[in-house]
Amino acid sequence: MSTLTVSPSPHIHSKDSTRSLMLDVVIALIPAVICSFVFYGWREILLMAVSVCSCVVLEWAITKYMLGKSSTIGDLSAVVTGILLALNLPYSTPVWVVFIGAVVAIAVAKMTFGGLGQNIWNPALVGRVFLLVSFPGYMTTWGAPQGVVDAVSGPTPLGAIQEGLAQGASVSEIMATRGYDYSQILFANLGGSAGEVCALALLAGFVYLCVRKVIKPWITLSIFATVALTSLVFWGINPERFTDPAFNLLTGGLVLGACFMATDYVTSPMSVWGGVVFGVGIGFLTMMIRYFGSYPEGVSFAILIMNSLVPLINMAFKQKKFGRK
Amino acid sequence: MSKRTFSIGGVHPHDNKISRECALEQLPLAPKVYIQLSQHIGAPAKPVVAVGDKVKVGQPIAEPGGFVSAFIHSSVSGTVKAIGPVKDLAGNSQMCVEIEVEGDEWADGIDTTPTLVTEIPADNKAIIEKIRLGGVVGLGGATFPTHVKLSPPPGSTCERVIINGCECEPYLTSDFRTLLEKGEQVVVGAAILRQVMGNVPCTIAIEENKPEAIAHIREVIARLGYQGIEVMSMKMRYPQGGEKQLIDAVMRRQVGSGALPISVGAVVQNVATALAVYEAVQKNKPVVDNSVTVTGECFPRQANLIVRVGTPLKYIIDYLGGVPADAVKVISGGPMMGRAVANLDAPTLKGTSALLFLTEKQTKRAPASACIRCGKCADACPMGLEPFLLNRLAKASDMEALENNAVQDCIECGCCLYSCPANIPLLDNIRIAKGQVLGAIRARAAAAQAKK
Repeated sequence: MSTLTVSPSPHIHSKDSTRSLMLDVVIALIPAVICSFVFYGWREILLMAVSVCSCVVLEWAITKYMLGKSSTIGDLSAVVTGILLALNLPYSTPVWVVFIGAVVAIAVAKMTFGGLGQNIWNPALVGRVFLLVSFPGYMTTWGAPQGVVDAVSGPTPLGAIQEGLAQGASVSEIMATRGYDYSQILFANLGGSAGEVCALALLAGFVYLCVRKVIKPWITLSIFATVALTSLVFWGINPERFTDPAFNLLTGGLVLGACFMATDYVTSPMSVWGGVVFGVGIGFLTMMIRYFGSYPEGVSFAILIMNSLVPLINMAFKQKKFGRK
Repeated sequence: MSKRTFSIGGVHPHDNKISRECALEQLPLAPKVYIQLSQHIGAPAKPVVAVGDKVKVGQPIAEPGGFVSAFIHSSVSGTVKAIGPVKDLAGNSQMCVEIEVEGDEWADGIDTTPTLVTEIPADNKAIIEKIRLGGVVGLGGATFPTHVKLSPPPGSTCERVIINGCECEPYLTSDFRTLLEKGEQVVVGAAILRQVMGNVPCTIAIEENKPEAIAHIREVIARLGYQGIEVMSMKMRYPQGGEKQLIDAVMRRQVGSGALPISVGAVVQNVATALAVYEAVQKNKPVVDNSVTVTGECFPRQANLIVRVGTPLKYIIDYLGGVPADAVKVISGGPMMGRAVANLDAPTLKGTSALLFLTEKQTKRAPASACIRCGKCADACPMGLEPFLLNRLAKASDMEALENNAVQDCIECGCCLYSCPANIPLLDNIRIAKGQVLGAIRARAAAAQAKK
């Protein structure tokens, strides 16, 4: 001991860092990544690699050469964005399209706003929606699977329903023609983007994040509850026109969106009740888009719309202060 | 067994009570002590001795400088060598009485035998006067003069006395050892306090990581046969020992912003204060010593020492083998709210509870990165504030918004900075802003007073 350090309290710190939290998210996504590999094979891994590398390199290059700041890629948030973007795309997406998605996610949706913590919308979702609008062909085509397991090819269940309804068929007819049953969806056997195929793998990751206290479950649970309730009401009114709650909970990007996209720290409210309002909004908008919109899937749009409202929700739903009314 | 805790925020740092098995031991007398005249909240005491005077242990050497002030006693016997400025642990000059130790002769009337006196005097006024004369102050850290706390303003009534035995700061074990080894005295002290406040019920709150203390105090209460004193086992959570948090946990009542605990009918005293009350009232022994935990993973000789007030920190540390080579920080108090020591020659005060040694790895702050709006600071804040927002407002010096967002309610517990994954120095910035806002509030009140 030669000199003593003097600084204000507290003198100790929890083990949490931005990097450790992001690493937990990456770990939570591993089951879904493995599943997507099992169903879609090496091409899925290629997409994942291109997406992650593009995101990381873009963030590094922008901070270093455009912003003149020290690199922030060590916080691993770009890795998370990369994995989420890849999980949001059909496995047959061309590599250059994935790269464009990464550019939009990182350069436009994240770094333009000032980097991690400043962005209004979830970067991976902005990337995905940009691709969906710009390249609808690639984004809704589901080529023959090349994975270890024999997966079904063709449109996603939600796409099939919308297509069928447009042709005048009833929900039960479409379900019967397609041969859908719920165990298939739970264990991933229906077409969709990589992250849509296995609800169980995603839910395992969600439970891990809750147990590790990285996220709180309220946003996700209120999305699920709202989707279930809304679809219960509509399905109860007309089961031939509207799909049932179980189908809506398990198909499309709902589980991925509710567990991993809506819970993004930066773009979700901070308080418990703010989170519940946010989740209810996402669930309701999702169902409105699915039932009445022109896109078969509405989770991405619902989350982005609610992202925009987060500053207002944060102001309206504050934690009660100690000893104050 | 109830597991009570406060309702908002809080964190769970590892409790690291590595010195819990170290029994209280008496530190040998230092050759010289430096007794600070301001060891309490309120006006500094005024010296009543002169250079060259011979003093005995427990003899008053300074009297209160106002209503909110306290007596200071000599902690040793010897000769007053100087009365003048001495540097405190932060390096600031403080008026001190320097006494050269000669023998260990106690002032007349002080009962230094270990005999337990359980009979409590009936006259409450006399008890409070004894507490005042004994220089008893809140030894849990705030060092608020105890006799003032026991004389609530007219119109307010006390409904419960809470003895704070939470010791929720990591590493600290002096209250734990006191409960185990001087449990009888603490319980008598608690009985005195509840009698003074009008025979109200008394709760001794102890966190569940100290099961031996909980069991022992329950046994002592039963053995001594006191009515109206209960032990409450608390869930482990920091900052449970914060006065407002503890009242919330025990009584389910929240003290309002800027209000005193008595406004919800509570009086809170620390375990060490209850012991000091016992000693002052039953043994005529003023506050001349207190227990100090000396600890840290890098510190080989853990100890819970009974230290005379005014002993130089360096003397304590050298007695236990000196500052370890890998320690970079010496903290007076716990790691969450304690103060980093800049000057090891500084003397201990009545409220000194611990000396903690931390290595660079344990205490080095990682560089701050961008706020990721995770809300962990708001979740952790036991006052329900939004540290991320206060931090931003503090940087912008927006005093009005800071006050509207209750920066003045901050108790500086450190939970926000502790839990921030981006290592943003939230409390550093908030603390400065809080001082400015409190200053503005006081100035406003003074101006309003002047107009009347």
